Amino acid sequence: CSSVVVNMADREERRFAEVHRESVKLMAESAGVELGDDVAALLAEDVCYRLREATQSSSQFMRHAKRRKLTVEDFNRALRWSNVEAICGYGAQDALPFRSVKEGELFFVEDRDINLVELALATNIPKGCAETMVRVNVSYLDGKGNLEPQGTVPTAVQSLSDDLLKYYQQITRAILGEDPHLMKVALLDLQSNSKIAALLPYFVYVISGVKSVSHDLEQLSRLLHMVKSLVQNPYLYLGSYVRSLVSSVMYCILEPLAASINPLNDHWTLRDYAALLLSHIFWTHGDLVSGLYHQILLSLQKVLSDPVRPLCSHYGAVVGLHALGWKAVERVLFPHLPAYWANLQAVLDDYSVSNAQVKADGHKVYGAILVAVERLLKMKALSLSQPAEGTSNAQPGSVMGAMGYRVSSPGLSPPPEPLSEAALGIASHLQAGGAGCPWEEWTPVPLPAMYCELYSFFGDSLAVRFSTGPGFGSYPPCTQSQLSDTRKEPSGPASNPDTTRKMPQLTANLNISPRQDGSPRTDPPPPSLAATGSGRSLARSSSMQRSRSSSSRSGQRSAGLSRDVFPKARFTSPQTGPPVFSFLIGGRQMGRRCQGRRPFQTTFAPTPPFSTIPPRAYAHKLPVIGRVGKPVRRWTCSHYSLHLPL
Amino acid sequence: MAAVQSGMGEGVEEKDIKTEPASDGFGNNNANDGRLVSTSPGSNAPAASNKPVAGGPPEDQQTLLAVLQFLRKNKLTESVEILRREAGLPEDDLDPNGADSSGAGTGGAAGSVDSDAGDASSLLTRVTVSSSAAAQAPTKAAAGEDQPDVSVVLSAYSQQGDPALYEVYYSSLKRFIETVLDCHRAELSQVFYPLFVHMYLELVYNNHENEAKAFFEKFSGDQECYYEDDLRVLSSLTKKEHMRGNETLLDFRTSKFVLRISRDSYQLLKRHLQERQNNQIWNIIQEHLYIDIFDGMPRSKSQIDAMSGSLAGEAKREANKAKVYYGLLKEPEIELPLDDEDEEAENEEGKPKKKKPKKDSMGSKSKKQDPNAPSQSRIPLPELKDSDKLDKIMYMKEATKRIRLGPDNLPSICFYSFLNAYQGLTAVDFTDDSSLIAGGFADSTVRVWSVTPKKLRKVKSAADLNLIDKESDDVLERIMDEKTASESKILYGHSGPVYGISFSPDRNYLLSSSEDGTVRLWSLQTFTCLVGYKGHNYPVWDTHFSPHGYYFVSGGHDRVARLWATDHYQPLRMFSGHLADITCTRFHPNSNYLATGSSDRTIRLWDVLNGNCVRIFTGHKGPIHALAFSPNGKFLASGATDGRVLLWDIGHGLMVGELKGHTDTIYSLRFSRDGEILASGSMDNTVRLWDAMKAFDDLETDDFTAATGHIHLQDNSQELLLGTYLTKSTPVIHLHFTRRNLLLAAGAYNP
Repeated sequence: CSSVVVNMADREERRFAEVHRESVKLMAESAGVELGDDVAALLAEDVCYRLREATQSSSQFMRHAKRRKLTVEDFNRALRWSNVEAICGYGAQDALPFRSVKEGELFFVEDRDINLVELALATNIPKGCAETMVRVNVSYLDGKGNLEPQGTVPTAVQSLSDDLLKYYQQITRAILGEDPHLMKVALLDLQSNSKIAALLPYFVYVISGVKSVSHDLEQLSRLLHMVKSLVQNPYLYLGSYVRSLVSSVMYCILEPLAASINPLNDHWTLRDYAALLLSHIFWTHGDLVSGLYHQILLSLQKVLSDPVRPLCSHYGAVVGLHALGWKAVERVLFPHLPAYWANLQAVLDDYSVSNAQVKADGHKVYGAILVAVERLLKMKALSLSQPAEGTSNAQPGSVMGAMGYRVSSPGLSPPPEPLSEAALGIASHLQAGGAGCPWEEWTPVPLPAMYCELYSFFGDSLAVRFSTGPGFGSYPPCTQSQLSDTRKEPSGPASNPDTTRKMPQLTANLNISPRQDGSPRTDPPPPSLAATGSGRSLARSSSMQRSRSSSSRSGQRSAGLSRDVFPKARFTSPQTGPPVFSFLIGGRQMGRRCQGRRPFQTTFAPTPPFSTIPPRAYAHKLPVIGRVGKPVRRWTCSHYSLHLPL
Repeated sequence: MAAVQSGMGEGVEEKDIKTEPASDGFGNNNANDGRLVSTSPGSNAPAASNKPVAGGPPEDQQTLLAVLQFLRKNKLTESVEILRREAGLPEDDLDPNGADSSGAGTGGAAGSVDSDAGDASSLLTRVTVSSSAAAQAPTKAAAGEDQPDVSVVLSAYSQQGDPALYEVYYSSLKRFIETVLDCHRAELSQVFYPLFVHMYLELVYNNHENEAKAFFEKFSGDQECYYEDDLRVLSSLTKKEHMRGNETLLDFRTSKFVLRISRDSYQLLKRHLQERQNNQIWNIIQEHLYIDIFDGMPRSKSQIDAMSGSLAGEAKREANKAKVYYGLLKEPEIELPLDDEDEEAENEEGKPKKKKPKKDSMGSKSKKQDPNAPSQSRIPLPELKDSDKLDKIMYMKEATKRIRLGPDNLPSICFYSFLNAYQGLTAVDFTDDSSLIAGGFADSTVRVWSVTPKKLRKVKSAADLNLIDKESDDVLERIMDEKTASESKILYGHSGPVYGISFSPDRNYLLSSSEDGTVRLWSLQTFTCLVGYKGHNYPVWDTHFSPHGYYFVSGGHDRVARLWATDHYQPLRMFSGHLADITCTRFHPNSNYLATGSSDRTIRLWDVLNGNCVRIFTGHKGPIHALAFSPNGKFLASGATDGRVLLWDIGHGLMVGELKGHTDTIYSLRFSRDGEILASGSMDNTVRLWDAMKAFDDLETDDFTAATGHIHLQDNSQELLLGTYLTKSTPVIHLHFTRRNLLLAAGAYNP
C-alpha cells in the first residue's frame, strides 16, 4: 500500500534519501487531504529530517546489540522511543523485493497477498530452531595457535605457515619413524585433524614415494596406513588427489615389489591390505573421479592377462578384484579364468626343486582365486534369490529377477559414470579407459553355468554348494554339451553368441554399466585375450595332464563324468514357483595357525544329493593355501571372513 | 542482605562539596541536579554560599529562568526551591501555587528521607536518597519538543548578523590562521570546528537556510575527520524547527566547547580579531567557547589530536585536578584454616619452604596501607559473610597456582561460542571464579549456564524447605532441589533486549539492564527476579556490580549514571554530566569510584562518596564501549568504536597510551589478574593481547606533563601488541581472566 517516490539526492555531498514532495502530495491525497505545493515541500523536508533522525538513533540500538547490520527492529525501537508508531510487517529476515515502474520512475515494495488458509493448513510445518547453547574450545594454547585464518577453508595449496610446516614434519617423521606408538598417535591425528587441508598435496606426494621404498615392506605399509588416515579424515576433500592415492595403492597391490624377492618377506599381507584400502577408497571417494572404477578394472585386468608378470602381481590383481566386489570378479576374473588357469596349472604341476618358490606363489594365487570365486557364487546366488523371494507370484520370476538384481545389491553396484571421460596423466597405475575395453561386450554368465565352470576348475575346493531346491527348475538344465560348448567357445565376445547361454532373461540387466557408445567392436582384443581360444583348450589339456598325474580323478576328468553327473543332479527337476537358493559356506578354511584345511561343515539345505561324488583329489592335494606368518585380525568386516588367513 | 558497616565518624553533611567552575547552560545544570540530589536538604545553605553567583551575565540568568520554568512545569518543586535559593533568584518568579506545593514537596521529601533513615543504615543517613520527584530529574528535558524554556535557551542565537558575511568572516580567520607561525597554527586550528558549528547553527536558527547550506558545503571539508559523525548530524539539520529536540544540537548549545590554547596563541588570535573588528566571531568565542589558557609552549598537532575528538572539546584542566584515591583497599585479614591441610599436602610434594616466606610477604604487604588508597571506611562496605571468607580463601589458593604472564608467556585462550543464538546475543558475563556464564539476549531473556560439571539447581519450595533438617551439616546441600538440576536456566522478565549483565561477586545474584528501562536483580538460588529497579526511563545500556557487592551502577540513554544498593529500590547517587548516552559503566577495584563511558566520546570518573565527577578523559573519536581498570587501580583502559584502546593514568589524569590495531568496535577489555597483559576483544573477530607492563613502565610522568596534561604519545602499538588471535567469524563481546590467568572469551557464532 505504500508506494513512495524516493529520489536519491544527486548531489554527492548529501548522502541522504529524500522524500519528494510529490510523494507527500500523493500520500495526502490517499488520506483525503489536498495539499498545496508549499505545504507539501515543507512536509517533505520535515519527513526527510525525521527519517534521518530516526535512522541515527536506531543505529544506537544496533551498536548496543553488537551487530553490524541495522535491522527493522532497531528502527522500530527508535520510532517507539520517539513516540511514533512502529512499522509492522517488515520483520522478515529476507531482503524486500523492490519493484520499479519505468514510466513513472516509481519504486515500490512488492506486497504479495498471502493465503492464510493455505499457510495454516500447510503440512510442512517448520521445525523449531535448535536450542541456544554454549560450547567451549581451546583456541590458543600458551598464546600459540594457528595463525592461519580459521574461518576460511583453504582450497588450494597455500604458502604454508610455520605451524603447518612443523605439523607436517612431525607427522611424517612420526609415521615413517620407528616408534609404533608415535605412529599410532600421528595416524589418529591425521584422521581427525580438520585444519590440514593445505597439507594434503604434500602428504599425497609423500605417499607417492611408495615407488622408491618398494624394498621396505614396513615403510610401504606405513604409507598405506597414511593413505587410510587421509581417506578417513572427514574434513578433507580429496578431490583429484584420489587418483594419485589410488595409483600409489595400486602400486602396492600389483607391482613385483623388490621386497618380494625374498620369500621371507610377507608382501602378501601388504597386498591384501592395499586391496582392502583400494576398495575403501573406491567406495567412499569413488565419485570424485569419473571413470575410476573402469580404470581400476582395466589395470587389474591388464596385469592378470599378462603372463610375463610374476605370480605376486597376479595375486595382487585377484585380491584387488575381490576387494572391489563380486561384480568385478565376475566381469574380469571369471572370463579370464580359463586362460589363466593354464599358466597357473603349469606352475603348480612343476614339482622341480627350482620351482618350489614359484609353486608356493602359485598356491597363493590359487587360494586367492578360490576365495574370490566363492564369494562371487555366493553373492550372485544371493542377488538372484532375494528378489524372487521378496515378490509376489504375479510377476514373472525372470523379470523380477532382473529388476530385483539392481535393487538388492545397491552397495555393490558402482556409481554410474561415463566411461568416455577417462583421461589420465598422473596415475601410471590406472589404465586409460580408452578404446577396446575388453568387457564392452561382456555378457554375464548365468549362475549354473558359472558354477559348473568353476566347479570344473576347483572341484570340491569350492566351499559354496547349491542345493537343488524346487525353485531351480526355472533354469534349463545345464547339460554337458552346453557346458563344453561354453568352454570350447573362444572367449572373444563377438564370437560368443548368447545362444549358447540359455538364459537371455538374465542378461538384460545384469551388466553393470556397459558401454553403449560407439566404440568399435572390431577392435582387436588384447593379446592375452586373443590367445584365450587356445588358452582354454590349453587349460583343458593341462588339466588333463594334471588329472593324469592324479590317478584318482583321471577317469572322471577325462570322461567329464563328474561334470556330467553333478550338474545334472543338481539342476534337473524343472518346477514352477519362486526359485530358492540356499547355500552354506563351509566354515573357515584355515585355522589361525595354518594347520591345514579344517573339516568343512558343509550343510545342504533340502537334500544333499551328491555324497557319492568323490571329492576332488586336487582339493586334497592342496593342504596349505596362502601360508602366512602371522595372523592379522584387523578386518572385522563380515564378508571378508573367507579371507581370514591374514 | 549485607549489613552495612556502621559507625562512621564523620558528620552527616558533606563539607567538601565542590563547586564546578563556570557552570552555565543546561549541561552544567544537569551536573547541579546530580549534586543537588546527592546532598541532603539540610546542607543546602552552606552549599549555596559557596556558589558562584547568580548575578552573572544576563544569559546565565535567562538560562536559569528557563530551567526553573521547566522544573516548575514538571512539578519538581523542591528542586525549584533549591535552585532558586542557590541561584539567588527573586522569589516573585514563583507563582503562589508553586510556592504552596514547594512547601509540601519539601515536607514530602523530608518524610521520605526519614522513612529511609528508619532503615538504620548509616549510609542512608549520610547519603540521602533524593525525593522521588527529584529522582526523575529533568535530564531528558532537552529532548522535549514543545517547551518554551528550551526556546529561551536557543534564543541565544537570535543575534543577527549579515548572513552573507559569515563566509567572509570564516575565510578571513582561516587565512589568518594559515599564515601564522607553524607553532601556533595547530593550536589555533582548534577553533575552526566549534566556530564552524556555531556559525552554521546561527545561520540555521535565523532561517538563512540557503546560506547555511552554502556555508556547510564550503567549509565542512576542512574539519577534522573525527568530527565526521557530528557533521553528518549537523548537515541533516537545516531548519529552525529541527533544532528543537535535537540532542546533539543542544549539546553544542548548552555546554561550552573547551579548547586548550597557550597564552601566546590566544593573544595572537585575540589581537587579530580585535584589529579586524570581527565581532561576529569574537562573540561566538566569548559565548560558546571556553578557552583554557595555559602558559608555556604551544602544543603540537599530534598532541592536540590525541586529546580532541569529544563532543564538547577537551576536558578543562581543573576538571582533572581533584585527588583520586586510586589505591586498593586493605584486604581483610582472614585466618586460613584450610591452608594447613594444603601445606601438608605440599610437604609431601617436597617443597614446603618455598611457600612460607611467600605467604609472609603477602601478609605484610596487605597490612601496609597504600598512601593512595582511600580509608577503609570511606564508603560503607558490606561485612564479609562466612561464605565470602571461604571464597576469599579459595581465591588465595588459586592465586598461588596462577600463571605468571608476560610477553614470553602468553595466556591460553578458551573461546565460549554461543551457538544457535538467532535471537541475538547482546551481553555476556562470567563469575569471578569462572563457574557460571550468563548471556543477555535481544529476545529479552537472560540465560545462565554452568561452565563446570556442577549443574544449576534451584532451592526447594518453601513447603519442602520446612521438611528438611536445619541442624544438619549439609543443610546447604539439602535445600537444593535435585529435580531442577540442569545445565542452563532461562530468566524471563525483561520486555526488551538485555544490554548489560553482571554477576555479583558472591555469585548469588545477577544484574541485567535492558531496553525496557529497568535493571533487574535475579537470584541465582531460586532463579527468579527479586527486584526491578526503575529510574532510568530510557534504555539502560550497561550495569556493573561493585567488586565488594551490594552496590551497583547503571547507565543508559538518559545520560545519567545511577548508583544503587541492592536493597533499595531508588538510586543512592545520580551522576550526570555526560552529554550523550552512557554506554558502559565500570566500578573501580576499591569500590570508591566508578567510570562511565559515553557516546559523547568522553570517559568520566565519579566519586561514589559525594557524586562528584573527578576525571574527564577525552581523546576517543567514537562512542566508548569498553572499560577496564587495572588490578592495582592505577590505570584505566578504554575501547571505542574507533578501534583504539586508550590507557589512562587515573592519579595524574593523563592519557598514557594508545593501542592501535583493531579494525572495528572494541566491545571487551580485561587485564590479566596481575595486570601484565591487557586483552581486547572486538567486533573484527579478533582477540589481541597487549603488553600492559611495558605500556605503563615506559611512562615519563615529569612534573610539567603532570601539571599541564600535555602528553607525548609514542606510536609503539606494534611493539606492545603481543598477539592477534582470530575467532571463527565470532565477534568477541566478552573477555575474562580466570583466577589462574587463563583467558576466556565469549561471543555468538555468526555464520
